[in-house]
Parts: sequence; C-alpha cells; structure tokens
Amino acid sequence: MTSVIVDRRPDKGKSTANRQRVLKRLSGALKSQVDQLIARRKLNEHDKATEVTIERKDVSEPSFSIDPASGDSARVVPGNQHYRVGDKIPRDPAGGQGRGQGQGPGDGDDEDAFRFALSREEYLSLLFDELELPALVKKELLEIDENRFRRGGVVRYGNPGTVCVARTFKASIGRRVAAEAQFEEALEEAEAALKLARLSAEPARVQAAQLELKEVRQRGADIPFLDPVDLRHRSLIEVQSPRTAAVMFCLMDVSSSMDEARKDLAKRFFTLLYLFLTRKYAKVELVFIRHTDQAQEVDEDTFFNGTQAGSTKVLSALAKMHEIIRLRYPASQYNIFGAQASDGDSFGADSTESSAYLIAQLLPESRYFVYAEVGEASSNTPTSLWTAYCSIQSEQFNMATVKGRNEVYPALAKLFQKEQPVAYAMG
Amino acid sequence: MRESSTLSGSEWAMDDLLAIEQFCAGHAERYGLDTFPNQMEVITSEQMLDSYVSSGLPVNYAHWSFGKHFLIESGKYQSGANALAYEIVLNTNPCIAFLMEGNSLAMQALVIPHACFGHNSFSKGNYLFQQWTQPDAVLDYMLFARNYVADCEERHGAERVEQTLDALHALRDQGLDKYKRPRKLDTRKERVEQARRLAVAQESMRQAEYYSVVPHAEKPTAAEPVFPASPEENLLYFIEKHAPKLEPWQRELARIVRKIAQYFYPQRQTQVMNEGWATFWHHRLLNDMYDARQIDQGILLECLHSHTNVIRQPEYGRLNPYALGFAAWNEIKRVCEAPTTEDREYLPEIAGQDWLKTFHDVMQNYRDESFLLQFLTPKLARDFRLMAIQTREGLDHWTVNDTAGGEGFKAIRSQLAASYRLESYIPEISVVRYGRDSDRKLVLQHQSYNGRTLHSAQTEQTLKHLRWLWGFDVTLEALDQSGRTIKTY
Repeated sequence: MTSVIVDRRPDKGKSTANRQRVLKRLSGALKSQVDQLIARRKLNEHDKATEVTIERKDVSEPSFSIDPASGDSARVVPGNQHYRVGDKIPRDPAGGQGRGQGQGPGDGDDEDAFRFALSREEYLSLLFDELELPALVKKELLEIDENRFRRGGVVRYGNPGTVCVARTFKASIGRRVAAEAQFEEALEEAEAALKLARLSAEPARVQAAQLELKEVRQRGADIPFLDPVDLRHRSLIEVQSPRTAAVMFCLMDVSSSMDEARKDLAKRFFTLLYLFLTRKYAKVELVFIRHTDQAQEVDEDTFFNGTQAGSTKVLSALAKMHEIIRLRYPASQYNIFGAQASDGDSFGADSTESSAYLIAQLLPESRYFVYAEVGEASSNTPTSLWTAYCSIQSEQFNMATVKGRNEVYPALAKLFQKEQPVAYAMG
Repeated sequence: MRESSTLSGSEWAMDDLLAIEQFCAGHAERYGLDTFPNQMEVITSEQMLDSYVSSGLPVNYAHWSFGKHFLIESGKYQSGANALAYEIVLNTNPCIAFLMEGNSLAMQALVIPHACFGHNSFSKGNYLFQQWTQPDAVLDYMLFARNYVADCEERHGAERVEQTLDALHALRDQGLDKYKRPRKLDTRKERVEQARRLAVAQESMRQAEYYSVVPHAEKPTAAEPVFPASPEENLLYFIEKHAPKLEPWQRELARIVRKIAQYFYPQRQTQVMNEGWATFWHHRLLNDMYDARQIDQGILLECLHSHTNVIRQPEYGRLNPYALGFAAWNEIKRVCEAPTTEDREYLPEIAGQDWLKTFHDVMQNYRDESFLLQFLTPKLARDFRLMAIQTREGLDHWTVNDTAGGEGFKAIRSQLAASYRLESYIPEISVVRYGRDSDRKLVLQHQSYNGRTLHSAQTEQTLKHLRWLWGFDVTLEALDQSGRTIKTY
C-alpha cells in the first residue's frame, strides 16, 4: 500500500467554465444591476470590480419536494430541559421544516438573495454590451495598459526565439564572401610559393610549401556556412506609454427639460468617454460644469443628481469652461477634452453665440469637443443648438444625437477611430 | 526547530503530511482498519469550493448550477458566515482526500486520520458502498461524462445541452433504483455500450421509416395493455429508455445524471454512521499518536479543541450527525466492554462482546436507519436529552409525545431511525401508465403518507421540465394514503 501526496494548488480556474455559464444565465438580472450601478457609481469608479446581488428565484432549480407545512410531522429533538410528555410547544412559523430540505449544497439557508463580486472585465463587458460597442473597441477598453513593445531594428544578441533568419543569412553571405576572397589570395600565394620551391628543387622547401598549401586549403574548407557571429535578432524596445495628462470637461444642461432618462444617457456618454481617455492618458482629471442660465462648477454627485430651476444659456457653460482652462489647465500641459450633453434647448441668440464662442475660444485650445444631444426630440425640426453647431467645421469637433443606449458609441466613434496625433502635450 | 521525530508547531511541509499518514497507518493496522491507498491532495480554498459544488467529485461536467453554488458558497465563505470544511474525501480507489493549504499542522493531524482512515475504511467496508459504488471506475466515468457533455455542447449547441441538463437535474432525486443493484461501471464497456445503444436507436428509426411507407393490411385491435406492467420508480431510467422524442445524446445525458445521482445514494444513507465512525477514529488515532510521542501536546490540545467544536450539539436544534454518530459508536464500545443491566436488556447481542469485532461488523452491515434502530442506547437518549414531538397540519403547536427519561425510549428510537429514511424527505413518485401506442401520455403517481403532500409550486415547475423532456402530455396524480386521488397536476 503506497500513499502519495499531490500538490493540486497550481490547477486553478476549474470553476471558470461554470462561472461563465451562470453569468450568461443571469445576464438579465445582471443587466438591471448594472443599470443601478451606473446611476450610483462615479465616473472614475467604473473601472473597478463590483458586488452584485442576485435574487435566488432567478436561479432556482426545482425538484419534487414535500410541502413542509402539510400533513403530520414528527421529529426527534435533542437538548430537552423544559418539557414533559403532553406539553405543547408553539410552532415556529418560519422554521419547523425539520429535516427534509437542506440536504443538497446551497439549500438549507433561507436567504432570498446572494451577493458576489463581478470582476472589472465582467462588469465592463455588461456595460459595453448595452452600448453595442464594436468588438475591437471593447477589447481595447478591457485591456489594462501594460508596457507595450515596439520593433527596434536588428541586434547581434538575443534569445533564439527572436532570430531574424533573413538578416542572419545576409550576414553569413557577407562574411563568407570576405573570408573566401582572403582565402583565394592566400591560396594563390601558397601555390606560387610551391612553384618557386619546386624550381629551387630543395626537398625541404618543397615539403614546407606543400604543407603550407594543404593548410591553406583546409582553412578554405573550414569557412562555416553559418557562424555564431552571423546571428541577428529582432529587437523589441519597451515603450513607455506617454505620461501625459488630460482633463475632461463634462458640460450638462440641468434645466427641468433634462429628465432622468436623458441624464442616464448623458451619464453613459460621459462614462464611455472617460474610460476611453483613461486608456490613452496616464492621468485624467474631471471637471463638472452644470448650467441653466448660469454655469457652476460642481462635484460629480451634484452634477448628476442635483436639481436647479432656470432657463437655458449654453454660453455660460462654455465661458465657465474657458475660465477654468485659463486658471487651472493650460493647454500646453493638458490635453483638453470637452463633452457636452444637452437636450438642445436654447433661446434667442444663445445658440449662435455659443457656436461662435466654441469656434473662436474653445476649439483652438481643445483636443476634442463632442456634443451629444440626448433623448427623443420633442419636435421634428432640429433644435436651435443643433442647427447652430452644424455650422462648425472642425476636425476637433463632433456632434451626434443619442436617443438610446446603443447610440452612445456612435457619438464617440469618430474619436475612437481617430489615430492619435503624435504631438502630445507633456504633463 | 523541531526536536527529534515529534511533530510540533503549526507550520507543516509535505513530508509532515506523509509522516502523519504513516503514523496513522501504523496504529490503524492494529485496529484492523482496511483502507484503500491514500492520495492526499493539497488544495487552496478556492479549489475546496470547487470540490463543494461537485460534491467532492474532482472531475465534473460543466453546468451553470455548479457555478451558482460556487458563487453562493464563496460569498458565504468570504463574508465569514461559513467556514470551509477542513477536508473532503471521496470513495475512490486510491482514496482521494483534499486537504486545505490553510490548515495548521494540528488540523492536518486531525483531518488525515479522519478522512484517510475513518471515511476511507468506511467506504471500503460498508455494504451500501460496496453495492452501489465502484471506487475503481468513478473517476474514469466522470472524465467520460465531462468529455461527453463538452462534445454534446459542440455538436448540438450549449443551449440545448443546458436545457436538457436543467430538466434532468430537476428529476435527479427520482433517478434511483432503490431495490435493484446497479451494474458495475466500466468506462471501456460504457463506450462500447453507448455506441451499441446509438446503433439500435438508428436501426429502429430506419425501420419506422420503412413501415411508414408500407401500407398496413390490418390494424391491431386488441386493447392496449397497460405499460409499464408494474410501476417504475426510476423516472430518469424510464425517460432514458422510453421518452418518445429524445435524441440519442439526450438519453445518454439522462444516463449520466442518473449514474452520478446513484453514486451518492450510499452517502446520503450513512451520514451519521460515517461521520461518527471517522470522528471516533480520528479521536482514537490522535491519542495513539500522542502516546507514541509522534505529536506533541500542543497539537493534541488544538486537535481536541476542534474536535469539541465538531461534536457540539446545540439544544433544540437539528441533530448534529458528527455528535450523534460519535456518541453512538462510543456507546457501542461501552456496551461491549462494560455493559449495565439496562444495556443487557436492550442490546443483548453485543453486550460483553469484543468491541473491535463488533465495530467492524456494524460498520459493514448497517446504514443510518438500521444502525440507530439497533444500537441507540437508552443512556445515549438520556445524555442527548432527546424528546419526540409531533404536530398535525394546521395546528399551531407541537405536542411532546415522549421524553428520554421515561417509558418513551423505544418510540423515540424508532422515530429517530425513521427520520433517516430517504423516503421521509424525498417524495415517492412512480410511472404508472405510458400510452405507448396511443397518445403517448405519461401518468405519474405520488404516494403520500401521513398527509404530507407535494409542494405545488415546485411540482409545477418540475413537471414543466419533465413535459419538455417527454414531448407529450404528462400528468401527476397525487394519492393519499388510502389511494384516493387528492390532486391532479
């Protein structure tokens, strides 16, 4: 009889397949959880793991079982210190099931819900599913930026896996051409010496010359086809992702016409832009400006949840943004992104003034400014702000209507597709 | 630094585990504990949770329900509501025992005799395990099952496989041949058989197609005989063999679910005995190791501390199988060695016998129900202060029928034993009619006792699964004790 010990610890992730299956099964319940989380979480919290609560009824597994409340029951109970034969004990309405249930794992506890942690990837995937992101964009956002490598030409040393065959052969040809030329020269010399020796008819000299010739020939034969000095390797250089800073301005109209549904869309719009920026920039700062007819810089909570009455003046928010840029975020040190969400209402000259202000003051300082008109349009004619913004002709500007969750991404698509220009503002 | 060969401290290395196992093996031999070779596997807490969800099977097919249990169990573990088991052991040959990496040396010294000698010898010796499980073949079979399910997912789509397994899992408790002994598992034979079953199914389909184009000269006129001739209690088996619309691979899945459910049948019926046996032996072997100076006092005390927690019996709570089992085995030993007049009256056949011989005989030939019925002593009932209570439907109170001190011992004993019968918590449902040549309707019956009826919402849900599997109408007649139909689903 032999006994053995096996260290099983390295075999990890046996439950992965089952986890994927249960998450898929729960996708409906999880989606509604994610909706609540989006409303509750701050923009910079989306990139983290989270806990969710699932109702047990969403994952119940039925089987034939006996109704604990029915019929006559009899039990044997330990630890009796109080009761005598014939005593009556009140029936516990919740318990009293005795044995019967509770045999299988997971049964036997009466909680209606259970909590578990969704990893960052799982959470973001659920978030992205609704936004209908293209697969490539999803992948880019899910990846945690680690140091990347880029090709760095050809070097002489490296590990065998990086051998560059073509360049190695090239080097080998060069070396052989050089070595053979030298060899032929030496061969001619040796042959000439042998001729001279034969002419001199001195046996010792002839022998020495013959030996020399043989040696030279051997040297020629010894020239290797490939030599360690020929080896060339592809080199990979670690690239530090640019250590740059960005600031993202969130501008939102909070007048009463912006209802909850619109704010929810706006939040998704800001979230996606923020996630995108955190992939590109080492540090992303957030500035929240809300406006009615007056603009205010506020914290995130107030931004999404606070209410304020008043009419609408977009220009006030743009001016506020410009003021903050001048005070705190010089364009030489920050990449400035503006994101504006509004229902498009504005009055009088405000829209045309805003459009002009954007072109003259903000766009020259910003890397990108995107306007999202959220929610269903109240009439068939375009809103005044939309019409005014239509006149902006700039590579750094984009606008889109976002009527549903699946339209959030198209509003930002241009930004995602755009190759980032080389000139980074260094932070 | 460790002195000589005595184990001490709380840190351990792989060699220490092997040393403990060797020490135990030495002592166990003296007691005649017959075991499978041990394979101790050191695992992490996450892997322990993995083992939980597949009831200790190291290999299992993929299904979302296992993922669900994992989430629930790990949530409870992380929130601190539940501690993990220190070990899980499965009756295989070699006997695989999972030991957690986080256990202290003392815990390992407790767990190894418990699992590798207690449970191991029990599952090798007990008649239920011998009849119902094949320790040599189970791992191979699970591997076959996992690969087969994965293969089905690839061929027929993960969704259809999931739906089929969901439905089959709902009937898991009705997949037992309680009175027939199962065939021995053999993976190679299983594969050959599976191919043969497939060929038969295809052949019958070809024939059916052939006869469907050949006009029948005459129709059979005789009244349709009742089928099955006698009620069939194994629903999963009946579905596997007779469900009209299932595809061959679905029948094979039914077989897999049935076989695995069957594998756990002996464990469910021997929990008190098995845990009590393992607890008795870890207690005994630990003391032997201490007496032989193989472990130091610190380890012994830590072990005894855990041991005491394991056998704690809360008042008015559910009976703790470890506590009850441990006490019952100790009582058997006491009755053998120092019987009182009372013991001679109630347990004449073992009073004064050789305790070790009696132990092996009892371990081999009983299950919880018969074990308690036969060997529960009046002293144990008094020590545990047992009382029997009873209630009726609609009453708001329990009535105390018997208490341990008085005349009621025999009533308590039989009531306690009866509560460990599988039938007391798994409803008895059987197939009574299958309209094989008519409308293909399936009729089931539930026989209730003492007015204990089916949980109707659960039953409806389960029947939904069953109807999907069957493909035609399925009804369930719930009968009361006198055979009257009280409800039809």
